[in-house]
Amino acid sequence: MSTDARIVPAASLIPADAPFPKAAKVALGMPQLRKNLAHATGTIRAKRANVAGELDDWERLRDTASAIKADVQHRLPELAIEFERNATAAGATVHWARDAQEANEIAARIVREAGADEVVKVKSMATQEIELNEHFEAHGLKAFETDLAELIVQLAEDKPSHILVPAIHYNRTQIRDIFTQSMGDAPSGLTDEPAALAEAARLHLRRRFLSAKVAVSGANFAVAETGSLVVVESEGNGRMCLTMPETLISIVGLEKLLPRFGDLEVFMQLLPRSSTGERMNPYTSVWTGSREGDGPRDVHVILLDNGRTGVLADEVGRQALSCIRCSACLNVCPVYERTGGHAYGHVYPGPIGAILAPQLEPGRHDDLPYASSLCGACYEVCPVKINIPEVLVHLRQQGPHEAGEKAAMGAAKAVMARPRLWRAALKAARFGSMPWRRKGFLRRLPWPGSRWTVSRDLPVPPKEDFRDWWKERQR
Amino acid sequence: MPRVGLFITCVNDALFPETPKAVVAVLERLGYEVDFPAAQTCCGQMHANSGYKDDAARLARSFERVFEPYDAVVTPSGSCAAMTRDQYPHLTGSTIGRRVYELSEFLIDVARVEDVGARFPHTVTYHPTCHGTRALGLGDKPLRLLRAVRDIDLVDLPAADQCCGFGGTFALKNSEVSSAMLADKCRHAADTGAEYLAAADNSCLTHIGGGISRSGGPRPIHYAEILASAA
Repeated sequence: MSTDARIVPAASLIPADAPFPKAAKVALGMPQLRKNLAHATGTIRAKRANVAGELDDWERLRDTASAIKADVQHRLPELAIEFERNATAAGATVHWARDAQEANEIAARIVREAGADEVVKVKSMATQEIELNEHFEAHGLKAFETDLAELIVQLAEDKPSHILVPAIHYNRTQIRDIFTQSMGDAPSGLTDEPAALAEAARLHLRRRFLSAKVAVSGANFAVAETGSLVVVESEGNGRMCLTMPETLISIVGLEKLLPRFGDLEVFMQLLPRSSTGERMNPYTSVWTGSREGDGPRDVHVILLDNGRTGVLADEVGRQALSCIRCSACLNVCPVYERTGGHAYGHVYPGPIGAILAPQLEPGRHDDLPYASSLCGACYEVCPVKINIPEVLVHLRQQGPHEAGEKAAMGAAKAVMARPRLWRAALKAARFGSMPWRRKGFLRRLPWPGSRWTVSRDLPVPPKEDFRDWWKERQR
Repeated sequence: MPRVGLFITCVNDALFPETPKAVVAVLERLGYEVDFPAAQTCCGQMHANSGYKDDAARLARSFERVFEPYDAVVTPSGSCAAMTRDQYPHLTGSTIGRRVYELSEFLIDVARVEDVGARFPHTVTYHPTCHGTRALGLGDKPLRLLRAVRDIDLVDLPAADQCCGFGGTFALKNSEVSSAMLADKCRHAADTGAEYLAAADNSCLTHIGGGISRSGGPRPIHYAEILASAA
């Protein structure tokens, strides 16, 4: 056992704020990471394909979900107010947060008012997005992750690299080492057997659940019609957080709203199959305000904008707000599979991150829309039919362009827009490549062509082109 | 008989004359008269997908002008056909893409043939290119045409639906990730032991072929050239 091999947080190996190609290059050079990723994404991908294929109305479910989400985007203000009214009537306190700072401050205030200085957390992307844990830490509060994978990431002082499986970049031996080094109460002689690791985490977390006064969660869905919140999970640790502490704070992105309770019927079929590849997830918690003698007494909901209403203004881009964070697009993405999540430099990685991050934080992440070969595998699996390739191209067309590239593209267009110039350029290319014709290809080109020849040869134009042939046979 | 215009694509115009020649051969064998309007250049996909909308719109308008007179436009590229169908409506409002067919679409949906009378006594593995398969929805149309070829030995390509890593300027901008994807594709292609790797897009085949040229493996070939081989 190599327990002294200190685990280095994977995220710390990727240069912070590096543009995607540079960060990806570092990730590509990590063989263990690539092995873990290929194995994990490959497994979930196959499971998803199996269970999605079981339903004959899968495509109709996708269409319906997409239509419901489009309706939500059209009626967001009225649905948010309807949610507030119904949740308040049921005993919850609803707060509105314009941005991360406001949401964090509201949450911290509620924790202090409850007389607590620590919270247990349900796995939540919204709290990752606003960096709630970091904010708490800076203000003398402590947030404990209770989702197993989030716990691993937190103990490793790392960052999640996947939306659904945040510790996808670690294998079980590495997880054993992380537990042994950082959990404090890990049993001695802990092996890397999955059952032993789960038991160690279970004992560790039980102590936290029993002492916590406040829990923080996100939500998968917020139902306007009833004021209910929904959390979908696998482990039951979320259920512990949602039911045991006296105070519950849920931070919910505005786009999580659904008009009717009945809409859950559609999403509860799509989400588990798309995310974990299961027909049904083990734990679904639904709560509406507070109730005497049942669960938390003091229930808070923080509705979070943090850039979302800005995205609504873009008719093409706003479909990104339909995302239900299933991460099916990550698992099928050939780019994500090879780089992992940290290379994207944002809490939302993969194809959905490449269209969400630059829209939530305009002016940043302009490199992400290019982190795709536009292969379309993401669109094919997306349960809410976000046309990710379309949005990627749309964002590329909005974004700034590098001057040299812009000039080259302009020149290419000028030639291609004039058939005579185009024919002359083809002739020039044939003439210029004559010395290599016998060999048939070029192996080395100067920059920027070297970006191609780093791994591929380039064929040279043949002696006779199609146009000559066509002219000849027309005679 | 519809008036058929042939769009050979800029890649074939520059590098692969045998592919459009093969399209002409197959269509003429089936009794179609094919025309090649010489003023054609490029559909504008490179510009559109790299973020240059105005440049792309300029090229789209040229395409529309050149191919306006035809009832059907046939092209040996799933990617370029998808460009005209999916992106032209946003770029210029043109619906000409409805009349643009990737070769296998034209053969199966319009000409209603699967057996085009070809013979190709070789082992072939087929890579379903991303834009053809997903954007255009070709499904197994090119494969159905290949299955009907006499004496062909078709072998499955492992992880066939995985992108080869080309992606136009992606191959340059994200050269390292692209190369990692390519390495896997080349390995899978070589593992089949096939003599040829067929696909519906010479741009992807340039990429895969460029890798195989170094690592070894099947020879890249556009499936149109297999269909054109005489019985």
